[in-house]
Amino acid sequence: MITYSFLQHYWWFIISLLGGILTFLLFVQGGQSMLFSLSKTEDERRLLVNVLGRKWEYTFTTLVTFGGGLFASFPLFYSTSFSGAYWVWMAILFCFTLQAVSYEFQSKPGNVYGKRTYQSFLFINGLLGTILIGAAIATFFTGSDFIVNKGNITSTFQPVISSWGNEWHGLEALLNLRNWMLGLAVFFLARTQASLFFINRLSHEALEKRSRKYVLYNAVPFLVFFLTFLIWTLLSEGFAVDPQTGVVSLEKYKYFTNLIEMPVILVLFLLGIVSVLWGIIGTLLSEKFKKGIWFSGAGTIVTVCCLLLIAGYNNTSFYPSSTNLQSSLTIFNSSSSEFTLNAMSIVSLMIPFVAGYIFYAWRALEKKRTDIEDVNNDHHAY
Amino acid sequence: MELLDVSLLGWSRAQFAMTAMYHWLFVPLTLGLGIIMSVMETLYVKTGKEEWKKATKFWMTLFGVNFAIGVATGIILEFEFGTNWSNYSWFVGDIFGAPLAIEGIMAFFMEATFISIMFFGWNKVSKKFHLASTWLTILGATLSALWILVANAWMQYPIGMEFNPDMTRNEMIDFWSILLSPVAINKFLHSVFSGWVLGALFVIGVSAWFLLKKRDTDFALRSMKVGAIFGVIATALIIWTGDSSAYHVSQKQPMKLAVMEGLYEGKTNADLLAFGVLNPDKKAYNDTIDPFLMKMPVPIPGMLSFLGYRDFNAFVPGIKDIIEGGYETPKGTALPFTEKRTRGKAAIQALADYQKAMAAKDTTSAATYKAVLKENYPYFGYGYLENPEELIPNIPMVFYSFHFMVGLGMYFLALFIVVLFFVYRKNIEKQKWLLWISLLTIPLGYVAGELGWVVTEVGRQPWAIQDVLPVQAAISNISSESVKLTFFLFLILFTALLVAEVRIMLKQIKKGPEAD
Ligand code: HDD
Ligand code: HEM
Ligand code: HEM
Repeated sequence: MITYSFLQHYWWFIISLLGGILTFLLFVQGGQSMLFSLSKTEDERRLLVNVLGRKWEYTFTTLVTFGGGLFASFPLFYSTSFSGAYWVWMAILFCFTLQAVSYEFQSKPGNVYGKRTYQSFLFINGLLGTILIGAAIATFFTGSDFIVNKGNITSTFQPVISSWGNEWHGLEALLNLRNWMLGLAVFFLARTQASLFFINRLSHEALEKRSRKYVLYNAVPFLVFFLTFLIWTLLSEGFAVDPQTGVVSLEKYKYFTNLIEMPVILVLFLLGIVSVLWGIIGTLLSEKFKKGIWFSGAGTIVTVCCLLLIAGYNNTSFYPSSTNLQSSLTIFNSSSSEFTLNAMSIVSLMIPFVAGYIFYAWRALEKKRTDIEDVNNDHHAY
Repeated sequence: MELLDVSLLGWSRAQFAMTAMYHWLFVPLTLGLGIIMSVMETLYVKTGKEEWKKATKFWMTLFGVNFAIGVATGIILEFEFGTNWSNYSWFVGDIFGAPLAIEGIMAFFMEATFISIMFFGWNKVSKKFHLASTWLTILGATLSALWILVANAWMQYPIGMEFNPDMTRNEMIDFWSILLSPVAINKFLHSVFSGWVLGALFVIGVSAWFLLKKRDTDFALRSMKVGAIFGVIATALIIWTGDSSAYHVSQKQPMKLAVMEGLYEGKTNADLLAFGVLNPDKKAYNDTIDPFLMKMPVPIPGMLSFLGYRDFNAFVPGIKDIIEGGYETPKGTALPFTEKRTRGKAAIQALADYQKAMAAKDTTSAATYKAVLKENYPYFGYGYLENPEELIPNIPMVFYSFHFMVGLGMYFLALFIVVLFFVYRKNIEKQKWLLWISLLTIPLGYVAGELGWVVTEVGRQPWAIQDVLPVQAAISNISSESVKLTFFLFLILFTALLVAEVRIMLKQIKKGPEAD
């Protein structure tokens, strides 16, 4: 039976999955943040730009779809978070806008600001995009400062439903150390995966060697930050919802309890982490092992998806208000109507088809590793 | 309501308008040039002629530069509904969010995937696969236009929904009536065709430049021919869908139509204006001052009645009639503004009472309030308005925009026909005057499209959702200072990127099709 509650869970799953895929694809941003440090010559940098340049659209489009998907399935989140944490989202949008033109423009004559400027835009996007998205996701666990009152619509003077509690409009999230932990974890994960991606895609000895070093340099801080965030979160209070009354309260070890009470997610979560580690350690141990990106990528998708699932499932508030607990958003009180979720679910059946043609196209273009010759011979190279 | 008000509402509108208008500088060229280069590549695959391949690649490079900045401006819009129109996003998000999500899943991924094959696959995939990718890229772009325009059409003509007082929002009850709404289909066609017109203008204009410079003549003549044929078709289509746009506007948004035509007093057998000059001394909708200093109707009498109602004798209500009510419509006698306002306020009050009663678990009174709400809901948005003047959009902006757009449409048709004529006479390269006109007309293509949106969006004021939600009730709770700051940040950023884009385009054009 497809009930309303099932649809709400299904859509939280889709959102979590998109979040996982997005985190994986942020390897493009990770790579951008290393453009200057990893390359020693112009040619090397050009090569890096070009292998990333064939993938950036996927990350970007996933981010857009993540936004659209949230709008359609959890509109109250869309309206509360985007308007409330205004400055964080604006900063994210701003740096993605910079990215969108930078690949196409940087090598074209007449681009006004010069190659270096566009590459710096890519760097900025790599740095801010990852850290801010990570910190924003961390607020799913740490809470934000907002109030929702739907009744406001009947006040013709001040009809706005959602309001933020402070003038920082989201930047205050950066005062919370735990948010930083996840932000930095995402940043270093993206760089680790970028290194793995370069090892997989490039036919260039020096860059490959350096990338292997970079796997180590980035994987260590990633693990430190991620584990700190994880352990801290599992040991913290979580935002529990009473299924009968809908009342939200703080509960000790809520996220840990969620993992235990949903063993499937627990197992997948652990497998995901193992897969990420496998990709990293395998690469560090063997010069011949070049498929690390696939293991760590798949692992990232699964791990992040599970992390988001424990934020929303099992009577938990996925977007908690730390100042006004009862304003917290749950998958029940913030979702679209049953009708809309149903209609959107039918649309979501297209996702495997979309994934299929993306995979096919990716393969068609990447029969062999890329070297500098390929870039120089390509009419459309950046 | 002026655009640059210092208030939050003013800045939010200015920001949305500015970012959307920037976005629309790039979108139409993507849509139009995309088709033209796909046609050229098809000709290449069919004939095997390298010349077609060169032409395809030349236009494709320009397409890529334009596309990138289109994407850059688009992402802002996508999130702006949440950041700046948060009340709106909750109140109608149940309906409005779906097309945006579908757009991402269905259209943007298609574009993103196949564009990489289109750009990087020339030597990696077969000719046919490449051609298919090019077509799929432009199909993806066109589909993305479909979904966003379905969303926009729904704001102009909300259907397929029902208000749910427990959730304080509108909910979708009929997906197909939203997707297949005649307004949506027409808006989709008219906007996409406007892109085609611009693409054709761009191609003949740039080709004319090559002919004037006596460079790459073979390439330019080829492109000119494709552009002119495509242009005649596209302009015919835009005039046809423009006419249906006006028809739908008169049916669904009579105030917008009255403002488009500067019609204060309703008339039967009303004339359509070819052009007019508004009288700046006219201050109030109900004073006796003549609204026009000068006007020139289209020579066919009753044309406006025909345009709006498909009947030369139909009554077209003016601004004053719409405010004062009392004329007959297919749904009965029109209500005056004051009555609609009373009913709107009753609906809002009933909603408040209903929610109070529900909170107190008083289901009997709740049922009564719900009935009152339901009865008055069609006028819900009027409850936020106070004065009848709030109902009138900016008249000069809408009036002049509309007439310039239509005038430009007629002019484009004439231009394409003349160009096509000389293309067939095989001596277009000798018609210097025509080449210059073609080149100088490119900017007008952009102007026409932007004016179209001004008609649509400014003419929709004060409504964010027609009759249901006025813009002042649609906003987010942020300080106007914040919005002002982001407005300028985006203005500077987009302008800087636009400057780079235009210069890159000019350089690429100068390099010509031979440079590889
Ligand atoms: C009639 C067409 C049309 C209209 C009215 C709009 N767009 Fe658009 N949009 C396109 C047609 C398009 C396109 C042709 O598909 C673009 C332009 C360049 C491109 O890459 O795709 C695009 C790009 C584009 C992107 C980047 C997509 C990507 O990742 O590739 C986003 C997020 C949006 N748009 C969102 C919007 C929003 C929220 C709009 C509402 C105001 C809007 N667009 C109006
Ligand atoms: C891309 C082309 C578009 C252009 C050039 C455009 C133009 C404008 C303009 C000029 C305004 C300001 C009106 C005023 O304040 O007087 C505006 C506002 C707005 N438009 Fe559009 N628009 C476009 C597309 C869209 C689409 C496709 C949608 C919906 C999906 C949309 C939704 C809105 C909203 C929500 C506002 C703000 C609220 C309002 O002022 O009504 N616009 N737009
Ligand atoms: C020649 C006859 C034309 C007529 C009668 C016409 C009519 C209209 C009308 C009535 C609207 C408002 C629709 C609404 O508010 O929902 C509109 C919108 C618009 N027009 Fe035109 N138009 C014409 C030519 C053009 C041309 C030449 C272009 C551009 C090249 C253009 C581009 C647009 C655009 C982009 C819009 C906004 C999208 C929409 O609402 O459909 N139009 N047009």
